[in-house]
Amino acid sequence: MNTVSASIALFIKDVRSELRTRYALNALLMFVVTSVSTILFALRSEQPGAQTFAGMFWVVVFFTAMSGLSRSFVAEAERGTTLVLQLVADSSVVLAGKLLANCALTLLLTTAVTILYLIVFPNFAIISVDIFVLTLVLGSLGFASAGTLLAAIIAKANVRGTLYPVLAFPVLIPLLMTVMNATTLALDGAPLIDAVTDLQVMAGYILVMTGGSFLLFEYVWND
Amino acid sequence: MERLIRIAKYSSIVLITFTLMAGIAIPMVSAPQGFFEFPIIPGLEQKARNIFYHVPVAWTTVVAFLTSMFFGLRYLRSKNSEDDIRSVVAAGLGFLFCSLATITGSLWAKFNWGSFWNWDPRETSIFALLLIYGAYFALRSAIDEEERRAKLSAVYSAIAGLTVPFFIFVLPRLVGGLHPGAKGDPSGSGPVVQFKMAPNMLVVFFAGLIGYTLFFVWIFSVRVRVEQHLYHLSQKES
Amino acid sequence: MLEAPSSIAVTGRNGSGKSTFVKILAGVLGASSGSIHFLFDGVSLPNEQRRNYLGFVSPYLVLYDELSPVENLQTLSKIRSGIEAPMDEVNRVLQHVGLEDRKDDFLRTFSSGMLQRVKYALAILHRPALLILDEPTANLDDRGIAVVRQIVEEQKENGILIIATNDADEANWCEAKIELGQG
Repeated sequence: MNTVSASIALFIKDVRSELRTRYALNALLMFVVTSVSTILFALRSEQPGAQTFAGMFWVVVFFTAMSGLSRSFVAEAERGTTLVLQLVADSSVVLAGKLLANCALTLLLTTAVTILYLIVFPNFAIISVDIFVLTLVLGSLGFASAGTLLAAIIAKANVRGTLYPVLAFPVLIPLLMTVMNATTLALDGAPLIDAVTDLQVMAGYILVMTGGSFLLFEYVWND
Repeated sequence: MERLIRIAKYSSIVLITFTLMAGIAIPMVSAPQGFFEFPIIPGLEQKARNIFYHVPVAWTTVVAFLTSMFFGLRYLRSKNSEDDIRSVVAAGLGFLFCSLATITGSLWAKFNWGSFWNWDPRETSIFALLLIYGAYFALRSAIDEEERRAKLSAVYSAIAGLTVPFFIFVLPRLVGGLHPGAKGDPSGSGPVVQFKMAPNMLVVFFAGLIGYTLFFVWIFSVRVRVEQHLYHLSQKES
Repeated sequence: MLEAPSSIAVTGRNGSGKSTFVKILAGVLGASSGSIHFLFDGVSLPNEQRRNYLGFVSPYLVLYDELSPVENLQTLSKIRSGIEAPMDEVNRVLQHVGLEDRKDDFLRTFSSGMLQRVKYALAILHRPALLILDEPTANLDDRGIAVVRQIVEEQKENGILIIATNDADEANWCEAKIELGQG
């Protein structure tokens, strides 16, 4: 039983379904555009400093992630396909596949926000590219690693998405604090060495959340 | 067991009363003599008294959370509703203590540092814990089936519990803060604050710590018994 | 204790728990008490591997309607065992259930009878030792019922068949019957 190829198969299924129906992608991209536009209106000609930019960046990412991450399980539950997955797939395979899908989603999301910010805000200058890119990648993986198990919990609780941010926010606070800190450093042009502790915390967070998810998932998934 | 609980009850009442009174009443003088005089800590003076109230309460909320998580995990293996009852009761008490900790902390912040809230890492941590408790109860109230409710809330408390080490150990070192023990504190940073307290202050402090913990144990056992009765009654009706 | 080849029908009034029982057998529900053991050639099979020896069909099973039968079968077989079922096996079962001319159309366009037949194709694809059918002929026309009868006969010869049903005719397909009472 090759868990890796089974998980990848589930991931590919999700990608293929998404490309065919485009439910989530369109909505999320529009969400990003709308959020950034709102911020633009609010700021008008004000040029925020590095820390504010960093904060705004991850606020947009956070709220878009809240809309998007829960879909991985809620959509299956709404369409009734949870049963066939329970029947056919090993629980670790389900978690691994959905984790991969959510990682892809968050990476796409943060990239989109970055591009939009670069276009819209002339002052958004990424001086330390190395810190920024690493933060982007680790931050995205962090959101996915914590958010996937929580999405499974929400789907089983039959409450749709409304409870999702309530559950997710406290758990994500350590991640949010570190990514905002590191992004501020990147916008300020700090050397890589300054961000090392932040990056280590992000990596640690990903490991802890992923490990915890794998241990706990079967209790959520199996009825 | 009964005797132990009774011991916990009476000793907690004694200890807490002692702490409350000693914390307020013992005067602070520059050259303390004997047990009933505290030294003055430069910079803190009277405000130091908060240590006797704020820290023990914050400590107890963490104890309560760990208790809740412990019984939650036990439920996942045993599927026994007794474990779930204990998990909820501990969480309820933890929520109460957490609110107290946030309030006493905020008051101290006002007197010590000028404003009620500053997003200092420890303030953020206690706030996060408050949110975790809130989310826990929100999740529970959204699920009707007993077994599913117990299972999912246990998993949530476990995954939320995994973030607690980040709050306690990592964040204070990462981001400079107002609390002692944060980055940039000359007396050294770390999770446990090394306060140089005089021996008699330590006595009152530990009295508070132990007193509140025993108080938690006592009320916990009382509430567990109440909830067990309610649970069995509801089972009989159905 | 069931040994291949054998077949059992689980009957009982609506609400007696037939579906719950077979779902537990299929491994999609956990039992609150008691346990089930699968033995393969005398060796006990751990939970995680049972799915490779089980096939399950029921009216409330839902497959992916944005995929075609071929895609559903290939993807789900790969998710099940890590190895994608070979194309000739997929074609074999789709032919068996009479869907080879619709094999690349999206499930969204199928009638409920056709959907039921895709589920049968999925269930027999990996030639399971144990086949569990909940309401075997629900949604099916005469042609569909004939397909099911053939599958049932083949399973009875080579493996174990369990059917949950209210229909007396269907129950008679099996050698033995269990009736579930109240509670």
